[in-house]
Amino acid sequence: MSALARTRSVALAVAWRSIHNAFSNKAILLPSLLFPLFFFIAFAGGLSGIRNAPDFDYRSGYTTFQFAFICIQASAFGGVFTGFAIAADFEFGFARRLLLAAPNRAGIVIGYMLSAMVRAVFVLTVVFCAGLVSGMRVDGSLGHLLGLLALALAVSATATLWAAGIAMRLRTMQAGPVMQMPVFIALFLAPVFVPLHLVAGWVHDVARYNPFTALLEAARGFMAGEPTKIGLSAACLAALFALTVLWARGGLRSAERAG
Amino acid sequence: MTALVHSAWPAQVGLLSGRAIKRILRNPAQMIFPIAFPLVLLAVNAAGLDAATRLPGFPTASYLDFALAVPFMQGALFAALNGGQDLARDIEGGFLDRLAMTPIGGAALLAGQLGGALFMGLVSAILYLVVGIAFGAGIASGAGGALVLVLLALAISFAFACFGTFVALRAGTGEAVQGFFPLFFVLLFLSSAFFPRDLIEQEWFRIIATYNPVSYMVEGIRSLVISGWDGQALAQAFAIAAIATVGFLALSARALRTRLVRT
Repeated sequence: MSALARTRSVALAVAWRSIHNAFSNKAILLPSLLFPLFFFIAFAGGLSGIRNAPDFDYRSGYTTFQFAFICIQASAFGGVFTGFAIAADFEFGFARRLLLAAPNRAGIVIGYMLSAMVRAVFVLTVVFCAGLVSGMRVDGSLGHLLGLLALALAVSATATLWAAGIAMRLRTMQAGPVMQMPVFIALFLAPVFVPLHLVAGWVHDVARYNPFTALLEAARGFMAGEPTKIGLSAACLAALFALTVLWARGGLRSAERAG
Repeated sequence: MTALVHSAWPAQVGLLSGRAIKRILRNPAQMIFPIAFPLVLLAVNAAGLDAATRLPGFPTASYLDFALAVPFMQGALFAALNGGQDLARDIEGGFLDRLAMTPIGGAALLAGQLGGALFMGLVSAILYLVVGIAFGAGIASGAGGALVLVLLALAISFAFACFGTFVALRAGTGEAVQGFFPLFFVLLFLSSAFFPRDLIEQEWFRIIATYNPVSYMVEGIRSLVISGWDGQALAQAFAIAAIATVGFLALSARALRTRLVRT
């Protein structure tokens, strides 16, 4: 069996187990589904009046504006929740047995990443349907929506690698806030509620250089049928992906050393 | 423990409150996160939603002033969560069972337990007020209003803490207390915490916010910051806090009796 075939075999086995766990255990599935739905309802419902502010220039409506944010948020948090599962696997000893049994350990991380992406597709489908039911406008074509999905999946993969790096270094579920808080803060230091030019004060200065700003603007562009900042967001994602691959690889080495 | 048993009711409450406060002070994570997280959210929201102040009819020119009420609510939620979890830990660890074998009354037990949550509520309320003023928030009702604001925040903290105590006594596990936490957040997000009720466009959301008691607690605190002395808003906020306190205190007392009988 070639190295690639071994990696694929490990990745698919880990992904299958992780997907099975996620979909057969309500305690795992419900938070990752309910949180994005709740934020979508709370933001799109409660704050929609802000679209009447002068210079608010997103033409597809506030529900669509918020849906793009929820896509990125749900994908990122799906990755973080997968990190919780990795930490739990270490705490209960399963991950150590997995490390012993796997002929190619990189496949373990790839497997977790695949499972996070499958979960993200499921959550995004549910939130998208909820948006349509609530009258969300979709001005983008099928191609644009596929672009949005690709963007969301790339965010999910990157967030999983980030969380996996922490989970494999600390190997305890108590590391949850360490995985979650930086992602949460990075997301909310982007233009969440209004376009960037309406964000005031220091958050505007931070948001201008926050890679999540480019991702959000690209996602909103796809939904509005007016793609924007695709090159910049692809470059940001490529850089983040490369960094988190190195981060996760370091975590894997740390877990291997710990035995 | 011996001093606790032989002391009078106020002293028993003082000793148990002191224990609850010491427990908070010895665990910095229990203080830092509940205080820092609402402030971070306030800073982000004040900038992110500042454009809302340009809407016709928005009650103030500064979103920081408008949103300053939110950290007080979040601080109260965290105080309730921590207080409830501490009590659940006492139940799980058997400390409550040991206390039940002493002559300490149920009322002293409850009051002592709630002392820790009140302490957290007071510290966080003063800190939010100081940070808010330092970053440019104005208190329209003046120094007297700031004092009433702290009192109202304390009343709300106490009401939430009574709920946390009830859940802890009823369920007896920290997980159960944790499990109720998202419900508080749902109530906060489905209220007028982030947008004035009359400017909420979606009718279903406005209806939920109108029937949500958290809206009136937020609006009571907010009235002191942005509009000065508003008797109706203050009366509603204090009344809801009082009703919740009485209701959950009664439920807690009953749950405590049941738990002590079981012991």
